[in-house]
Amino acid sequence: MATTTEIKAPKSEPLFGKKERILLTDPLLDNNPITIQVLGVCSALAVTSLVYPSLVMAVAVVFVCAFSSLVTSLLRNSIPKAVRLIVQLVIIATLVTLVNEALKAINYPVYKQLSVYIGLIITNCIVMGRLEAFAMANKPWRSFIDGIGNGLGYGLILVVVGAIREIFGKGTLFAGSGIAMRFIGPGQEYMIDTATAGQWGSSWFGWYANNNLMVMSVAAMFVIAILIWIQRSRNPKLVDIS
Amino acid sequence: MGDFINIFIKSAFIENMILAYFLGMCSFLAVSKSLNTAFGLGLAVIFVLGITMPINWLINEYLLVSFELEFLRFIVFIAVIASTVQLVEMVVEKYSPGLYAALGIFLPLITVNCAILGGSLFMVSREYNLTESIAFGLGGGFGWFLAIIAIAAIRERIRYSNVPPALRGLGMAFLLTGLMGLAFLSLSGIDPAVFGGWTPAK
Repeated sequence: MATTTEIKAPKSEPLFGKKERILLTDPLLDNNPITIQVLGVCSALAVTSLVYPSLVMAVAVVFVCAFSSLVTSLLRNSIPKAVRLIVQLVIIATLVTLVNEALKAINYPVYKQLSVYIGLIITNCIVMGRLEAFAMANKPWRSFIDGIGNGLGYGLILVVVGAIREIFGKGTLFAGSGIAMRFIGPGQEYMIDTATAGQWGSSWFGWYANNNLMVMSVAAMFVIAILIWIQRSRNPKLVDIS
Repeated sequence: MGDFINIFIKSAFIENMILAYFLGMCSFLAVSKSLNTAFGLGLAVIFVLGITMPINWLINEYLLVSFELEFLRFIVFIAVIASTVQLVEMVVEKYSPGLYAALGIFLPLITVNCAILGGSLFMVSREYNLTESIAFGLGGGFGWFLAIIAIAAIRERIRYSNVPPALRGLGMAFLLTGLMGLAFLSLSGIDPAVFGGWTPAK
């Protein structure tokens, strides 16, 4: 399903032209890493029960994806074919270690919440997939843009799934961060370990009781299945024929 | 021995790698279209998890922790996994051509299977000892094997059903995994005390 997009570049062209824009926006919808390419589902689903950790995870993946594409693309002519996977793994692992240490220093609670899933960005197929399919065959700037685009496409799904699960599961948004707000449902008495939520914003639909299914990890599967359903119904070209 | 069985049961059924933590989801979705290939991949995962887990435990305990090099953990673990997989592939190819024919093409795939690296990272964060990490490796692998066999069997059957076009393939696989996860939740009622020596979670 993953498409190899190799673009022959003429000598002179703008730094951010039409092709770069396509590289950046195509992975957001029509070639989304999760719903279309089915890459990188592994390390992500378990972190989407709240929006804030999903957002942090998305930023981490964009960073790793973009810079590993850049570095791999810079080194692409000097990497021997036989050991390229190991070299790519080392590049990714180094970047992930950076992210891990930075997150530990900046925001320890979220670091605890994401636990092993930050480390699992190393084996996130989307990062390696883009290195193999794009960065090994394209110039650094394009690879960088492609990395950002795919990271964003992946992050978009994470944040959307996180938002749906948090609103219906806990009635809050951005719980755990500085801008936590209560969205729907009754007041404090139904709060589940979202310490700062409910202090800001108003509460609509006071009759709403939290849907505990959405808090459970399996809910991520259902939400993504529904997203795939919506996306493929709108664009029949994406339907899986096999 | 009681602890060994406890952790095996717990990691295989109650905290199943795929259905509770979504580890190894990519290969789970990609390789579960037919029962035979799913069987091969499942065996390979048990095999590699069972081998890399004790190795990573020893390296973590005697190299990384004692020399305070914990920040190198990711790089060392992924290097150990990649080289173990490579080594296992060569050994199996030389001594057991039958097994190689069954596992062959799946072994390289396993390097980037999140379940392997995730297992090692969970092992560190839960502070398992050597026996516990062996039990966790084998149990986690067995749980992964069970899950992929189950979904492959279901997907072989569902091919003959009338699924809405937009849900065919991937969408249905996600839904099925979710339903299987719900079904596995009922296994959380297993009381490991039956197998002796249950200690409450740390």
